[in-house]
Amino acid sequence: MSRKINIWANLDWISVLVYLILLMTGWISIYSAVYNDAHQSIFDTSQLYGKQLIWIVAALFIAAIVMMTDSRFFPFFSYFFYAFTLLMLVAVLFFGTEISGQKAWFQFAGMQMQPAEFAKMATALALAQYLSNSKQKINDPRELLNIAVLVFLPVLLIMLQPDAGSAIVFLSFMLVLFREGMSGYVLFFMFVLLILSVLALLMTEVNMILLLVLLAFISHLVLGRNIKLSLKAGLLFLLISLTVVGVFFLRSPHIQLEIKLLVAALTSCFILFFAALKIRKKYAPLLLGLLAAALVYTYSVDYVFENLLMPHQKSRINIVLGVDDDPLGQSYNINQSKIAIGSGGLTGKGFLQGTQTKFNFVPEQSTDFIFCTIGEEWGFAGSFVILSLFIFFLLRLVYLAERQRSAFARIYGYSLISILFTHIVINIGMTIGLVPVIGIPLPFISYGGSAMWSYTIMLFIFLRLDAGRTEFLK
Amino acid sequence: MTDRFSDRKFIIGGMIVLPMLFFLARLFFLQVIDPSYKLSADSNVLRNVTQYPSRGLIYDRNGELLVFNEPAYDLMVVPGQLAPFDTAEFCSVLDITKEYVDEEIRKAREYSMFRSSVFLKQISSRNYAVLQEKLHRFPGFYVQSRTLRKYPRDIAAHILGYVGEVDNRIIADNPGYISGDYIGITGIERTYEKELRGDKGVNIFLVDVHNRIMGPYQEGRFNKSATVGSDVTLSLDAALQEYGEKLMQNKIGSIVAIEPSTGEILSLVSAPTYNPDLLVGRVRSRNYRKLASDTLNPLFNRALMAHYPPGSIFKVVNGLIALQEGIVNERTTYSCPGHYTAGRLTVRCRHHFSPVAMQGALQVSCNSYFAHNFRAILDHPKYGSVTNGFNVWSDHVRSFGLGERLETDFPNELRGNVPLASYFDRFYGENRWRSLQMVSLGIGQGELSVTPIQMANMTAAIANRGYYITPHIMKSIENSEIDPAFKKINQTSIDSVWFEPVIEGMYRAVNGPDGGTARMAQVNGLDICGKTGTVQNPHGENHSAFIAFAPRENPRIAIAVYVENAGYGSTWAAPIASLMIEKYLAGEISASRRWLEQRMMDGDFINRARPVNTVTAAGEQD
Repeated sequence: MSRKINIWANLDWISVLVYLILLMTGWISIYSAVYNDAHQSIFDTSQLYGKQLIWIVAALFIAAIVMMTDSRFFPFFSYFFYAFTLLMLVAVLFFGTEISGQKAWFQFAGMQMQPAEFAKMATALALAQYLSNSKQKINDPRELLNIAVLVFLPVLLIMLQPDAGSAIVFLSFMLVLFREGMSGYVLFFMFVLLILSVLALLMTEVNMILLLVLLAFISHLVLGRNIKLSLKAGLLFLLISLTVVGVFFLRSPHIQLEIKLLVAALTSCFILFFAALKIRKKYAPLLLGLLAAALVYTYSVDYVFENLLMPHQKSRINIVLGVDDDPLGQSYNINQSKIAIGSGGLTGKGFLQGTQTKFNFVPEQSTDFIFCTIGEEWGFAGSFVILSLFIFFLLRLVYLAERQRSAFARIYGYSLISILFTHIVINIGMTIGLVPVIGIPLPFISYGGSAMWSYTIMLFIFLRLDAGRTEFLK
Repeated sequence: MTDRFSDRKFIIGGMIVLPMLFFLARLFFLQVIDPSYKLSADSNVLRNVTQYPSRGLIYDRNGELLVFNEPAYDLMVVPGQLAPFDTAEFCSVLDITKEYVDEEIRKAREYSMFRSSVFLKQISSRNYAVLQEKLHRFPGFYVQSRTLRKYPRDIAAHILGYVGEVDNRIIADNPGYISGDYIGITGIERTYEKELRGDKGVNIFLVDVHNRIMGPYQEGRFNKSATVGSDVTLSLDAALQEYGEKLMQNKIGSIVAIEPSTGEILSLVSAPTYNPDLLVGRVRSRNYRKLASDTLNPLFNRALMAHYPPGSIFKVVNGLIALQEGIVNERTTYSCPGHYTAGRLTVRCRHHFSPVAMQGALQVSCNSYFAHNFRAILDHPKYGSVTNGFNVWSDHVRSFGLGERLETDFPNELRGNVPLASYFDRFYGENRWRSLQMVSLGIGQGELSVTPIQMANMTAAIANRGYYITPHIMKSIENSEIDPAFKKINQTSIDSVWFEPVIEGMYRAVNGPDGGTARMAQVNGLDICGKTGTVQNPHGENHSAFIAFAPRENPRIAIAVYVENAGYGSTWAAPIASLMIEKYLAGEISASRRWLEQRMMDGDFINRARPVNTVTAAGEQD
């Protein structure tokens, strides 16, 4: 059943307005970031800002086309899109242009296209289509496996480019799954993993054992609810583990990682076994398993970090953790970025008056580090406005997603929110030194046609679904 | 339409808002509270002054300095910091025109208002001294110190290579380099760029409106000091190199000398050469264009890149192969009537004693012997076909490091050419060719080409009785090791026992008795073993070639000399090689051979003022 509606009247103009404000902010910031005496016109198409204007105008055309598309088209063709972008991701590995070590771009007729940007959209559509038609419960392991395959297929291809930044964005689909009923423990588990990973990289082996003992102690306390007993047990664990680990590590500091891992695992198993005896029996295996897993995990983080990551990835992580302070090596960008933003003060230096971003150092000043220009020239006031705009925008999209009648539109809406959210957090987080440098753009603001078009299409597909939410009764 | 997870929108909303609030708090701290990122009103500009490390010094094997650095000063400009200044005074200090100033400032603006551009490269120390006093009157300008390469002796240009500013193509290929950086472009400056260059540093200064440096930004917290490049020691013998370049003046060709026991290159001359000072600093691009357009192509490193037919020097290899394969033994003789004739083909030879065995054939360089010898290899029934025989021969030849790049530590070495049977299959058709057509390969002519360094390396393999170590110029690097590949022994496919007869032949070629082709190369007491080559050249005069090593036991030097269009191997290449050997082993040239040295230095094959061959002894041949 369908009825005729006016999609333009039903379009959520509030979102469109925010979208336009963000685009304009980006355009003006790019102008300021690469401002050049010789090319003063903001419309000069030989410069990045002129080009950005072309991308913007084209994006608006694309948005209009998306709005005029029949909304049944999107679910219907979602798998086709998905398959097509997978093909593109394969093709780019063979025919793509290599730019700074990554085979991520197609180049033709002076234009560049990055399939990974479109893969995000295609995966969002395919996920929405799959979940909205699936009869299985989302927490069913087989269902989770299907979803994992759907999401990680493009991730795998993107990792081959290799473009870790774009691949990380796909983790944000966890948020969608959570909204659709995936157990909250999974998110919590991920959160704990993240914390453990950070700690594992920051601490030495002995400290890590101490931490695990503390963890065992707290679990003991929570489950047994007997402070005295827990204290006694805790002290005992500490003594035993420190003796074993201490003796072992002090005597042979250069021993291989595998052996260390084995000894540490055995030690902790012993400690945990002891702990399990003292507390309620039914939790014992669970606790034992969990903590052993946590221990193994922390060691594998160390291993992955030391052996599998590229040197630049390692140093980017070290900088955020504060382990490595090398102002002109990898942390150079971060320092310059922080100086630029920090020197903005409360109200900023004023339009075109920023010296740090232009002056020198901040690389990628019009793409990944565009937020520096905003922070420097408009100060905290500007940062506040932009962040508030983003928060408002995301919450508005949550509101829109919740008012959808079809599961497809809702799931797609949340996918869009998750992707935008991840980009914003990672991008702004890296400019202020809270997140490792991951080269992904700030949506709607960073220079670049490929990304902007991709976000525009993604957004307007959702706005089109929203505008037509009363067209069909499902 | 609601579902039972609809309440999770609040959790998600919270998850979105929380980190953003955290970011806002962080931004508030960074931008409003924390004072460390603010610049005070009167020191309102930061200036990044790159500390360019000086490149590593280069020494020869005896510790003599070959390359050092000299300070130079680049005047930089930041257009965004310019203020009106007295152009006339500025121009007079720097000896430049007003047009130059306007043009450079326009270019700098075009590049960036706020980043530094080079305004004037390498100002003289005198101008620098004057400028230093007045710099405060020219806001927006500052001086960046650099270093330039300097050469105490103007030698070894091809070995050392040169350093130049990176261009866009180099930047794209070598991450870590930015515009204005220097990089080694050829020679060891390129091969050992990583070791020589060191690490750049940066000093960040606060600068006030009067162009005065107020001090380091944040007590130098963001500064980084430069690390100078590692010093390196080459295996080159500077005195020998200089002597070799003198001997080769006004000639086209090459000398390569190697220490056989280590593979260390003692001398590597490519003539004509050029003065390395020409390719340093501001004059580089102009001089480069001049050198590049020179018809004699002085930039071309003939020692590594020239493909020459080896000619008769190659007979030693063919002799060894025949011995190894059991085709001949050292008593096998062929008679020589002064030519080798088979069917319609005739290879000419000169008069000498006959019949000859291996030693004698090498002594007098008998074409007939080696034509017979080569055909005997290819046609030997044990291989089944000429194709198989040819491939056995070709594999032996390749085991001497011929036909492939040696993988020395020079960036631009070529492979030469040793044909495979398949090449002739394509040319003549499969099984449509016979040993007769190949016979010129037996005397080192035909489809064979070899670079001078390959000739020298082949000689080193003979001196070592069967193995060589890949030739290399780097002896040691400060705080680092040289490539372990330069310690590895490469065995040839010839057993060591077969070398004695061949070496005896080479010894007789130089030291007699009854005449040898290279008696001009004889030096008393040095026991030089050598082999001449007079290489037929369809484009002009024959090329003069000679390989040698000395002393015969425990050789300390193996050498190859190739002089283009100079005629007999015995008249030019052999004396030059013997002088090089004498210089290296004895330290100086004995009085009785001074005339020969003078004659070699006077020889001119470029300007064609060729001296008359008065001393060519009768019976001397290639």
